[in-house]
Amino acid sequence: MSSILQAKDVVKKYGDYTALNKVSIDVPKGSIFGLLGPNGAGKTSLIRIINQITAPDAGKVLLDGEPLKQLHIQDIGYMPEERGLYKSMKVGEQALYLAQLKGLSKSEAKMRLKYWFEKFEISDWWNKKIQELSKGMAQKIQFVVTVLHQPKLLIFDEPFSGFDPINANRIKDEIIQLRDEGATVIFSTHRMESVEEMCDHIALIHKSNKVLDGKLTDVKRQYKSNTYQVGITAGNNQQLRNVLSDKFELSDANFKSIDDDLKVNIKLENGDTSNDLLSYLTSQGQVNHFVEVIPSVNDIFIQTVENNN
Amino acid sequence: MNHLPLIIKREYLTKVKNKSFIIMTFLSPLIMIGLITLIVYLTQLNNNKERTISILDETGTISEVFKTEKVSEDVYTKYNFLPNISLEEAKKQVQEAEEYGLLHIRQMASMEEIAKQIKFYSEDSPSSNFISRLERILNEKLTEEALINNNVDVKLVESSQMDISIGQETFSGERSSKLINYSKLGFGLAAGYLLFMFIIIYGNMIMRSVIEEKTNRIIEVIISSVKPVQLLMGKIIGTSLAGVTQFLMWIVLGGIMIAIISLVFGVDFSGMQAEQQQALMAQGENVDMQMQITEIIQSLPLANLIAAFFIFFIGGYLLYSSLYAAIGAAVDNETDTQQFMMPIIMPLMLSVYVGGFTVLEDPHGTVATVFSFIPFTSPVVMLMRIPFGVPLWQQLLSVAILYISFTGTVWFASKIYRVGILMYGKKPSYKEIFKWLKY
Repeated sequence: MSSILQAKDVVKKYGDYTALNKVSIDVPKGSIFGLLGPNGAGKTSLIRIINQITAPDAGKVLLDGEPLKQLHIQDIGYMPEERGLYKSMKVGEQALYLAQLKGLSKSEAKMRLKYWFEKFEISDWWNKKIQELSKGMAQKIQFVVTVLHQPKLLIFDEPFSGFDPINANRIKDEIIQLRDEGATVIFSTHRMESVEEMCDHIALIHKSNKVLDGKLTDVKRQYKSNTYQVGITAGNNQQLRNVLSDKFELSDANFKSIDDDLKVNIKLENGDTSNDLLSYLTSQGQVNHFVEVIPSVNDIFIQTVENNN
Repeated sequence: MNHLPLIIKREYLTKVKNKSFIIMTFLSPLIMIGLITLIVYLTQLNNNKERTISILDETGTISEVFKTEKVSEDVYTKYNFLPNISLEEAKKQVQEAEEYGLLHIRQMASMEEIAKQIKFYSEDSPSSNFISRLERILNEKLTEEALINNNVDVKLVESSQMDISIGQETFSGERSSKLINYSKLGFGLAAGYLLFMFIIIYGNMIMRSVIEEKTNRIIEVIISSVKPVQLLMGKIIGTSLAGVTQFLMWIVLGGIMIAIISLVFGVDFSGMQAEQQQALMAQGENVDMQMQITEIIQSLPLANLIAAFFIFFIGGYLLYSSLYAAIGAAVDNETDTQQFMMPIIMPLMLSVYVGGFTVLEDPHGTVATVFSFIPFTSPVVMLMRIPFGVPLWQQLLSVAILYISFTGTVWFASKIYRVGILMYGKKPSYKEIFKWLKY
């Protein structure tokens, strides 16, 4: 899979402060790419460089293999975290203006706006001023404006903030649909469950450095610890626990079960496989629950950040 | 991709369609004209108050002057000549009759002593204009009497009195006079002051529009589509065009309203000018006014003035408005702008006041010349100097400096703008802003 965006050894300094220290990312075409990191890690700096709002001090950024140029502005749709619209301007006028700034002709912009406004059932907002709309309503307009010029690359910074769950879901579906239609999405968020749900690639930036990146499944594979969550019933659960703890590294597990199980996490030595464990366990009792523990993005995030502190 | 026309259009339309802008456009000339009408009306009212004064003249001769045609021409002052009664009684009479005051001329040995003893009694202190008038009349009369007493032929003295007004002419034959010089200065001051007002009003408007984009948080959306310099220029040009529109509207509306008011209410706006003319006449400028005016217009380098007006006006305005935009970008709200406004307002004030004084003193003196080269004062000061004739090379040099500095301030402003528009929540210090230049 070829990549749509490559950042190579990007450095950005503000005075003495280094916001990005040789950060490289590689965003594959057609993916949803999660750009993660704690507050102040440098995500927004990187996004602003991609949007040519600021220039990197060193390193380069390639879009579709070409170094970033003014022309590429049309190929990118950006919804910043600090977002807003002209309060005293009418919705329609404003959307047209912003679309024209992205290089659409007025008639083309009008046509596409009509499509999106109908899709979101907001056609009757056209002549309202932004200040008459609620925050969530304004966010919808913001979303439409971001995707209107059908950019190859969409960048969303905390796209779900300000939306109620119904509309957040709606936006999520739209983002996935845009991806299916060929767009690539970079999205930066603190909501790990949406990363889990949507992203197929991630990069984690911490203290101006990229500390982790790759395909989400690869990252998870890398972070899994060969641990299995087990629910097993034997005559004497306590006795079984003692037997198991002599053999394996145990920890308490917590899951719902209708049986009176012994619930434990069992960490295997390198080289041992799940089959080995399962065959051993079946000899000890009734196995009701057996599942591999896969670290959540949340776990990976916290673990990585803490390791790097 | 050039978005400049699009940005200019939006900036212009949002400004022009703004309710308060529309209201101000129509209301300002109304208020201004109303104020001027009021002032003109009040001055006339003040001058037109009828007053009667009584004159107690122990000499019996001096007060004759108030009976002459020249003095009694003034219809607003009536003179009441008292018979020879005591001062106390005269005072009582005047108070009872509720007259404006009492002029007491005492009989003394000589004219000098009479002159020293003349007194005016009144309820409140009289207007200084009124007293000066009395003094002028009495002065003339007493001088005349003194001359007669000394056996001097009054007619001879009168005919020997000279009235000097030095005619001025440059070596190249350009004629000039005090009046022409004043008119030139008036021209320059008007142009300079206009620029000053324009910069303050519309510079502020640009600043507010930058702050608005920050507080609305739309700036990052816009800035991902256009270059900050483009947005900055679009803002400056769009707002300036809105300003020009407003100015033109003011001139048209003002003209219409003056016409209406003169017609309907009969307020004579030329009355003020007539008084000034009289004042000038009194100074000895008794040349035919009509001729003077044509002469003034002929003496002004009109083509140069108009061309220079536009060039300096645009240059000066752009120079300052880019700084206003930079301030807008550096702060979060209007209250924080105060500390940064001073360095902008100071040179502006300086140019208007220093320009006004030094140019009057000597239009081609060192101070005036230097100030007409410094880019922050040159638009105002040079516009003031040009009516007096400034060598072309000086004008060109000044324009060159102005426009080079303009490029400099735009560069400076766009640096601050680029960083500042993305900074939220803190009020930057000068030191920090200086650091932004290096980002």
